[in-house]
Parts: sequence; C-alpha cells; structure tokens
Amino acid sequence: MKTRDITVLLVAAVLAIACTFTLAGQADIGGTIVKGDRPVIAVADVHGSGAAQQYMDTFNKTLWTELENSGQVKLAPKTSYPLVVPQQENDFKPPVMFSEWTMPPVSANYLAFGYTAVQDNQILLFGNFFNVGQSTVQSAKVFENRYYGALSEDGAKSVARQFAADILKQLGIPTLSGTKIYFVSDRTGYKEIWSMDYDGSNQRQLTRYRSITGEPAVSADGKLFAFMTYAGGNPQIRILTTDTSRRQTFVNPVASAVGTPEFTLDGKNMLFAATADGWLQLMMAGIDGGGMHRISNVHAIEVSPRVNPKTGHDMLFISGRSGHQQLWRMNLDGTDREMLTSNVGDVANPSWSPDGHHIAFCWTRGYEPGSFNIFVMDIADKVPVQLTSNSGRNENPWWAPDGVHLVFSSKRGRATQLYSMLADGTSVRQLTTQGNNLQPVWAKGIE
Amino acid sequence: MRMNFRTLSATVFAATLLLVASGCKKKVAVAAPPPPAPKVEAPPPPPRPQPPRIDTFTAEPGSIERGQSSTLRWAVANATNMSIDQGIGAIQANGSRQVNPGDSTTYTLTASGAGGMETRSVTVTVNAPPPPPPAAEPPKVTISSADILSRESQDIYFDYDKSDLRADAMTAAMANAELLKRIFAQDSSFTVLVEGNCDERGSAEYNLGLGDRRATSLKDYYVQQGLPADRIKTISYGKEKPVCTDTNEACYQRNRHDHMAPGQ
Repeated sequence: MKTRDITVLLVAAVLAIACTFTLAGQADIGGTIVKGDRPVIAVADVHGSGAAQQYMDTFNKTLWTELENSGQVKLAPKTSYPLVVPQQENDFKPPVMFSEWTMPPVSANYLAFGYTAVQDNQILLFGNFFNVGQSTVQSAKVFENRYYGALSEDGAKSVARQFAADILKQLGIPTLSGTKIYFVSDRTGYKEIWSMDYDGSNQRQLTRYRSITGEPAVSADGKLFAFMTYAGGNPQIRILTTDTSRRQTFVNPVASAVGTPEFTLDGKNMLFAATADGWLQLMMAGIDGGGMHRISNVHAIEVSPRVNPKTGHDMLFISGRSGHQQLWRMNLDGTDREMLTSNVGDVANPSWSPDGHHIAFCWTRGYEPGSFNIFVMDIADKVPVQLTSNSGRNENPWWAPDGVHLVFSSKRGRATQLYSMLADGTSVRQLTTQGNNLQPVWAKGIE
Repeated sequence: MRMNFRTLSATVFAATLLLVASGCKKKVAVAAPPPPAPKVEAPPPPPRPQPPRIDTFTAEPGSIERGQSSTLRWAVANATNMSIDQGIGAIQANGSRQVNPGDSTTYTLTASGAGGMETRSVTVTVNAPPPPPPAAEPPKVTISSADILSRESQDIYFDYDKSDLRADAMTAAMANAELLKRIFAQDSSFTVLVEGNCDERGSAEYNLGLGDRRATSLKDYYVQQGLPADRIKTISYGKEKPVCTDTNEACYQRNRHDHMAPGQ
C-alpha cells in the first residue's frame, strides 16, 4: 500500500471517529433518548396567513414558554436554525433534509413546526411534531394535528398551549395544566384562603371570614382543604370542600391554639399542632377531629407536620427541641425522630416532592433572623442546596405535582408575592400582584 | 128607737139616783174643808246655771294630705273648763290651733261648767299623699373593670425566641398581678385575656406557638401569685397583629409582648 493511500485512510478514519465523538455529546442520532438526558426540541417559528398573522408573535412566544416551563426538555436556540424553516410536511423534499436540524449547531432530536390560517373566523393551527433522528418523513412524523381557537391574542395563546401539551404528552412529560394552587391573600383587607391555576390565572376567593385565616392544606384527592382561622375566637382548624366551600365537621380540641393542619395520605386522619402542657405539640385525630392522640411529647414548640406522599407513614416537621427552630423527620406514630438540618438559624415550611425523594424548606442559614431562602434537599444524602439568594425574604416552598416546579412566597419589595420556579432555581415567574400572598400549596386538580 | 120625752126623763132620774147612792156608800160624814194654810212665800230659786255651749268647733280644712296641717277653731260659752283631747289640752273659750296629724284624727272638745258638760268632735281626715317623684340622684361616675385594666395594666416584653419572663419584666408582672387581685375582688364576673405576640422575623407557624408560650408563661406567673386560673384566658396572635411594622430592633421589641385584655 502506498503511504499516500495509508494517510488518506488514516485521515478518513480519524474524521469518522471525530464525527462520532462530536455527535456522541448529543443524544443518539437514532432518536432514542439516553436515560438522564433531556430531549432537544427545535421549535420553528410558525407563520400565519391573513388575519392570523398579527397574533403569531404571541403564539410563538407562548409555545416556547410552555415547552420551556416544563423543565424537562431542552430547546435549541432559534439563532442556530436554518434560514428557511418548513411549514408543512411537503416542505421536506427528497433527499430528506433533516440533517440541518440534527447536526450542529442545532443538534435537535425533535422539530416542532406548522402554520396557521383563518377558517370560519377562527384561527386554525396545523401543528407538526417530527422526530428528526429518523430517515424518512413517514417514520419521522410523530403527529400532525389541527387546533382551533378564537381569532385573538387569547385564541393564539390557547392553540399554542394545546400544541405544547400534545408535544409534552408524546414525550411522557407530566403537564401542570389542571393543577391548582391554594394560598393565603390579604387583598380584601383580611387574610383569606384563595385558589388559582398553575400560571396565576383564575384567582378565586374561597373563604370569607373577615378574620385571620391561613395555613392551608389539601387532601391527596384534591377534594378537601383545611386551614387555621381565628373566626371562632382562638385559632382553630376548619375543613371545606374545594369545589363549593362546603364546611365539613372537625371537632377542635379544647386548647389555646390549634393550627398547621395536614391530611394523611388516605384522607382518613388529620395531623396538626395543638397546645398541650403549655406547648404546641403534634397531634393526630380522625378526619372529623375524633380520637385525638398526641404524637410529640417534648417541652418545645412543634409545628408544620407534612406527610411523605410516597410512603404515607413518615413526616417532616419543625421543632424548637434542639434550641433552634430546625427541620425534623419521624414516623406518624412519633418514633424514630431525626433532625435533618445542622442546628443553626431558623428552618420553616417543609414540603415533599411527589416521589418522596426530595424535600424543600426555607432557612435563614448564613443570614440574620428573618432572612429566609429556599432550599431543596435529596432525602437520601441530606445535602441542602440553596435556590434563592439576595432576593428578599423567601418562604413557603411547595412542590408542584410534576415534581419539577416549586411555588414559593417572596418579599422582594413592599409586598409578599407568589412565584413559581424550576427546582434548580431557574425560570422564576411571578404569579400574583395584588395585596400580600403567601403559604401556597400546589395540588392536583379535582378530576 | 124613738125616744119620747117620758123615757128620757126616766133615764135621767135613774142615773142621778145611782150617783147619789154610790157617793153615799163611801163617806159617812162630810167634814167641812180645812181653812187654807197661811201662805208662806218661798224665796225664788236662784237662776239655774246655763249649760256650756259650744258654738263653734271646726277643722279647716277637714281633709288634708299627710304632712299638711289643719286649723281647729272653737268658740265656747258658759264653761269654766275647756279642753281638747289628742294632746292639745286646756284651751280658752275662743281660739284656734294648728294641728298636723299623721293619720285621720278625731278631736273632741270638752267644755264643762256649773251648768254641765258639753262635748263636740270634729275629724281631720288625712289622706296618703301621692308618692313623691323619685329624687333626682346625682349621676354616678363608675369606672368599669375593663377601663381600669386598660389604664393600669402594663405590657410584658420578651427576648427574641424566648418566652420566659425577664428580670426587668418582673416588676410589671407583679404590678399586673396586684391590679388583677383588686379587680377580681370588686368584680366577681370579670375575666382577663392574656394575648401573646411575636416580632415579624420568625415563621408564622412557629410564632403561633411562641405567642402561645408567652401568654401561658405570664398566666402561670399570675397563678403562682395566687390568682384564679379559671379567670385568666390566653390567646396567641403569633405575628398576626403587630403594633408597628418598622424593620428595626425597637419595633421588634415592641412586638415581642404580652398584652392584657378583658375576657369575653
């Protein structure tokens, strides 16, 4: 063999290997997602004809935001896209030009594209979702759907959301649509319980006691919510239905303070704090308050019981037992008490992720009293990770049903407002604006 | 029957005979009447004394209301002793007297003299007066127990994250205890409410417990001082009812307190 031939072979081999290594950093070209990697989606700008054109800016922004907010897909930046994007299936002419989407700089696994038109005075979206790792149009087409909406900004948002929901569903990613956030607002002049959708829309007042009402909790099936109120004199627990605010029986113990209610997983019992021997202690009773017995038995304030949603038989809570207000965990029968934080500062408001693997709470560690930040922690390694910093007083974190988002309250100016974010601290979005809003709990919607 | 002259003469003759005959039987002899005794002139008896005469005995007015008076007037003649009963006593022949009987009273005037005795009575009727209107009492200025508590009780202050009574709070707590003893002694229905509060820095949930501890801590002190536990209630407001909202230690301290309020 000639040296020149060998050199050519070697160079070709090196190039081939280099190509392989370059692409190995991305997901497998074959279209299967390596476990742990997020799928990369390219979202082509969608254009509209006629009267639909004016709403396409809103449409494209909404589609992008809805996909991004799921927190479980990676969106290829639009600046990397080819100048000409497909609008329909036939725009892919043989040989199939998927490579401009799969190769760097885009390096996508999937492509979302389409166009809108006006039909019967409605906006009509033709939405396509392709797996560009495939080699033919037919095998690449995951779905092509039509979506109808009002010929308006809201209609454009609506079809964008529907398209995004279908894309996420195809990828097996849970959606937040339909979930509810229950929270406390004082915008009427009194602290009352309110509810809203995951994006801050449909804010509704649920209690009207004109007293001091707070500390909401929701049952696992989403049908009941409990809270503490001064409406009857001393602070006590009440239970209402989430759909019609119809009161359920709960017999409070005779105590100077009763609060921080929490439903057990099966909905048959209530955990809460009530004064015993002069201290707030953790109690368990039937869902109507009957058969109350004491779980904690210490000369310390113990509050905020939160049941593990995976196992149902252990809980997080806050105790002053160690001399500081710290995060603890124990079984529902009071056994196996364990402190989870390092006995400095003040900890408050524990919350579980739906799979029981992570918890969130707020803590003043590293700051002066009152300066809380949001922390998350893997329950297995108990290493706290700080999510907020230098941005006001951050409290009441609560995991979303998708296990990826958190809602929390923050005082970043004069008022306290609710925000959502991803569990890595990014994508912070403000949800409320009126009055002061706090103590949110995120529950699944009522089926 | 027709009487003729012959029958009538016969009847008269018979009657005369009867009369003479009867007269004849009684007396045997008819003596001459004695000569009348020489007339002796008896001295004329002295004029008999005139009986006393009560010309007037009146009471004016005859009807009075209790508390009022009436006037008795009299005029008596031919008497040497005159008196009126009912404690008035001897009187002159003419006169008047004011009387103030508490009840209906009959006054009797007795006039006596050589000619006898005479009495007359007059009654003064006494009616119960209408009930007087209630005396206009001067308005009483009473201070309620709640007012006393409000004016004289002191707030008790605590350290951060603490519920035990500080040394410098003991004087105020003792003064409150003495005040409560006074109020409870004079007002058997009054109860007091100890309200526990916190500053804004801790979590709302924990502060519910801390305010509760602070209220209980003060109540325990009062009970140790001898006050009745069943008249002292407690409530925690956590950090829900701040008295100020500045973010400085002076305001935080003001909020970390127990306040005494009237019970329901």
